[in-house]
Amino acid sequence: MPAMTLTEKILAKHAKTDFVEPGQNIWIDVDILMTHDVCGPGTIGVFKKHFGKAAKVWDPKKIVIIPDHYIFTADKMANRNVDVLREFSKEQNLPYYYDVGTESYKGVCHIALPEEGHTRPGEVLLGTDSHTCTAGAFGEFATGIGNTDAGFVMGTGNLWLKVPPTMRFIFEGTLPPYLMAKDLILAVIGDIGCDGATYKAMEFDGPGVFALNMEERMTLCNMVIEAGGKNGVIAPDKVTLDFIDSKNKHKVPYTPVYTDPGAKFIYEKVYDISKLQPVVAKPHSPDNKAFVSEVKGTKLDRAYIGSCTGGKMTDFRAAAKIMHGHTVKIDTFVVPATTEVARGLKSEKMHGKTLEQIFLDAGAKMGEASCAACLGGPSDTFGRLNQAIRCISTTNRNFPGRMGHKEAEVFLASPLTVAASAITGMITDPREYLA
Amino acid sequence: MSKIPNEITGKVYVLGDNVDTDQIIPAEYLTFNPAIPEEYKQFGKYALSSVPPAQSGLPKGNIPFHTDDEFVSPYTFIVAGKNFGCGSSREHAPVALDAAGIKVVIAEFYARIFFRNSVNGGYLVPFECSERLCDKVCTGDELKLDVLNCKLHNLTTKEIYPLNPLGEIAPILNAGGIFAYAKQVGMLKS
Repeated sequence: MPAMTLTEKILAKHAKTDFVEPGQNIWIDVDILMTHDVCGPGTIGVFKKHFGKAAKVWDPKKIVIIPDHYIFTADKMANRNVDVLREFSKEQNLPYYYDVGTESYKGVCHIALPEEGHTRPGEVLLGTDSHTCTAGAFGEFATGIGNTDAGFVMGTGNLWLKVPPTMRFIFEGTLPPYLMAKDLILAVIGDIGCDGATYKAMEFDGPGVFALNMEERMTLCNMVIEAGGKNGVIAPDKVTLDFIDSKNKHKVPYTPVYTDPGAKFIYEKVYDISKLQPVVAKPHSPDNKAFVSEVKGTKLDRAYIGSCTGGKMTDFRAAAKIMHGHTVKIDTFVVPATTEVARGLKSEKMHGKTLEQIFLDAGAKMGEASCAACLGGPSDTFGRLNQAIRCISTTNRNFPGRMGHKEAEVFLASPLTVAASAITGMITDPREYLA
Repeated sequence: MSKIPNEITGKVYVLGDNVDTDQIIPAEYLTFNPAIPEEYKQFGKYALSSVPPAQSGLPKGNIPFHTDDEFVSPYTFIVAGKNFGCGSSREHAPVALDAAGIKVVIAEFYARIFFRNSVNGGYLVPFECSERLCDKVCTGDELKLDVLNCKLHNLTTKEIYPLNPLGEIAPILNAGGIFAYAKQVGMLKS
């Protein structure tokens, strides 16, 4: 059998064949289908149109519905969309619907999926959101699809996919304390461009990757879509398996998969991460890379810390470390990705204060767990850029209009860099605040 | 029964590189449900509404795709540069272009989710051209697409450009999308 990459092996297994190669079109079995309030109603519409009004989903235990995008808004249409999800979940007896306004409400789907035990090595996860690729951090094949594809999967459990060739990024060295996974992935996207991985898998490898915790690995895989990547993936190690087993309350069996020795990569790049500097993506593209040292002093109007990319506990620990004992100079919005993260901010302490208290004492505004202003949303969305202002953000995209106003400027950066910049009101190197 | 006509004619609207899904349909309009026909129409009204004015209708720019209260644009084709449709997985993007009357997009290449959504949903035909047509074709030019021979005639300038064959997506587009195609190949019961 010729050697295969991790991505190829997962796809071969799910196509019930021994071998696949890049470029091949295959039909695969799907393990988990995830949808949310923005694409769920359309997906349900496609499902009902093609399978009939009385049709049943292919497997209720394999469908996960997580409203997260437009939650804390007075927008009637947005609220109507959550009603559609609620009714459908009830009608289909879906066990994994995380409803708004209840104890089970989670927030951002990509962070909620692993928290609730829906991510496992070796599996195929498809979701109606481009950042579904986040779950590649758990050693699975995870990618975003549209409503039509999702409606098809909902009825059949299958989908055709083209096997992507794999690019490998090897991180050597030790990550300095002033850098985060966000700096690494912004550096990679800047190097290969926002179309550099189009239709390709991006595998992250090397000691620099395996030294990262799960949340940081998620940040790496989260942004592969910003380079056009089909999926991002990291081989599972003990850190992964310990995390998965601690969350796998449904006791679903899984089989980790690894890249074969001698597998072919169509591109390989080695980074010495000990030598990297803090990175930003300037407006208006995630590949518009600059080192913080090149843009420091750029005046800002707003700072934003949140989203699937930059709203996890590791992100807030980093931001709190910088903000503790300081006051922000510009409007600063802090939005936990999920309710579990929100509880963590209220319970975890640093210098005798909860992380939430550190942010509040610094003058930041705290929002509720959701996608919030990462993608703009309805005009009353917490933190949305309603004017042509300049914002530094821990989020993932900065194309024109992404966070609201189409003339607003968004700089993407790590939580360390965003926190340091919030204190000074201009783009600031976090090393200035790390003793 | 082919779902793609053999010949398509109409006016072209020209855009540049990396036109992402937030520019094609801004997130604030994603509250409409494309599965409801009345709401599907709304996406046409807001299509391309976040493209910066200078990049709207190249080469001159500052040419609106349609006026604010129109649901359908006067254009049939979009010609764009690299990586058209990058960004989010929102199927609302090809829906918005379809609702606005666009039948064909011709780009150097596409971001994969937009490409899949266009084909599997059967909204529009995403052709690729090895030449950088967005530097050669002007907004408002009259185009004629010979689908079978993959040739694009610019009726305004009399130039002819070869397009890349549709290849593996042709049977899906000709079936009318992934559901009809899956029935043809036996992956879905009729």
